[in-house]
Amino acid sequence: MRDVAIVATGMTPFGELWQISLRDLFVEAAREALDAVDRPSLDGIYIGNMSGGQFVGQEHLGPLMADHLGVAGVPATRVESACASGGAALRAGFFEVASGASDLVLVAGVEKMNDGADVTGVLATAADQESEVYHGITFPGLYAMIARAHMEAYGTTEGDLAIISVKNHRHGALNPKAQFRQEVTLEQVMTSSMVSEPLRLLHCSPVSDGAAAVLLCPLDRAREFTDKPVKIRGSGFATAAMALADRVDLTALEAVSLSAARAYRAAGVTPSDIQVAEVHDCFSIAELCVLEALCFAKPGGAAELTRAGETTLGGRVPVNTSGGLKAKGHPVGATGVAQAIEIVEQLRGEAGARQVQGATLGLTQNMGGSGASSVVHIFERV
Amino acid sequence: MPSPRYWREIPSRYRLEAGRCTACEKVAYPARRICPGCGGVDFEPLRLSLRGRIVTSTVVHVGPDEFQMEAPYPVAIVETPEGARLMVQVADCEPGECRPGMEVALEFRRIRKEGLSGILCYGYKAVPVSHEQGEV
Repeated sequence: MRDVAIVATGMTPFGELWQISLRDLFVEAAREALDAVDRPSLDGIYIGNMSGGQFVGQEHLGPLMADHLGVAGVPATRVESACASGGAALRAGFFEVASGASDLVLVAGVEKMNDGADVTGVLATAADQESEVYHGITFPGLYAMIARAHMEAYGTTEGDLAIISVKNHRHGALNPKAQFRQEVTLEQVMTSSMVSEPLRLLHCSPVSDGAAAVLLCPLDRAREFTDKPVKIRGSGFATAAMALADRVDLTALEAVSLSAARAYRAAGVTPSDIQVAEVHDCFSIAELCVLEALCFAKPGGAAELTRAGETTLGGRVPVNTSGGLKAKGHPVGATGVAQAIEIVEQLRGEAGARQVQGATLGLTQNMGGSGASSVVHIFERV
Repeated sequence: MPSPRYWREIPSRYRLEAGRCTACEKVAYPARRICPGCGGVDFEPLRLSLRGRIVTSTVVHVGPDEFQMEAPYPVAIVETPEGARLMVQVADCEPGECRPGMEVALEFRRIRKEGLSGILCYGYKAVPVSHEQGEV
């Protein structure tokens, strides 16, 4: 296996982008990444996308996107793992380059959610149709059940959930590409409208359009394209029981723990080595559970870590400096790639007001469904 | 929902048929081909008891389009005495009453209706034991 680097990035703003289509979102992000390195000829494309078929009635995204990017002929594959599609696409591209099969691979995540679809219904297809969705459960509902179980097990409070949203909005206010560039107060979060008890509107990531792209190449060729390559030091992927009811411990995200353990092992690092992380805060409770599964905190300990400011900019290990899914936005298939871009910017020292000083090692964690799939990547400045 | 699929799922939806692994005795609901506990492939059919305890719950205020008329509605994961866990709506109670640890009975109810001419979909909902109407 060869070492692999990210040498270029491109990303649309995230938000309600009514005037831009699914294909043009992809082209905008992909072209920005390719323009940064004088448009080399590509060996392959991986597209992270959860549900073009349901959101806009468009499948077969590989050839569509290659065609509209002006590179028809290049192999192009769509990768799906619900909201972890972007992370799974990055992993596919990583292995294609690491294996020696290809040199230049573009990985792009894209989702167009604001085109009139029943978004709650479409997202629910990432849960178990037969045993869960049939009974009217939603994604906020599944995470609300995890939240209530976490409250029962560890005494977690609604205030503990709310501080996650406050922190991520504080970070998002500093991100020019974030959907919500304003701070929110604890009171605003705790009095926002109820979505699924105990989760309120400001505990939930928004419905977003957007795309994000990165260009991968072998590390030993990276300097041809940039003087600031970022190495992908490890990749871990895991699955867990699909239906929430089938998990022994509802508060433990086993796929996250397993994917993290695999990524830490591949990278030869420990959780305490990580200096900045982007994690899948689709709902505030998810960030708490993920931080525990990543071993940043002991089970039940993530709220205390957050309250102590350790995961805020300026803290020991800032988490979701981009604003996270909560404030930056969550175009589901794009999220995993956008997380990687935030870490690349941090490790290159290009994160502006969000910069974590001196960061050399960062992590992304991208999750599908109610935690049934999870992808973790570890990145290093070289 | 396509009608062949609805027909196919009737044993688990109408009769709460689960499968008990003959090797490790784990109960799988809905029934599966391979035991998630030990990998065994031999199961004996088992009908779940019509009662259980709420493991965790929520009250859905924003539902999918076809359920939105019913919001807010409580949904819970209920564990039966056989150890099976089911995702079910909780009926006949104030949404706020529905909490982890609550004892419930399972009653046959209409779950959803597909538009004006679609299938009426039935299955089980939980009701608080103090409110149950039929014999369990």
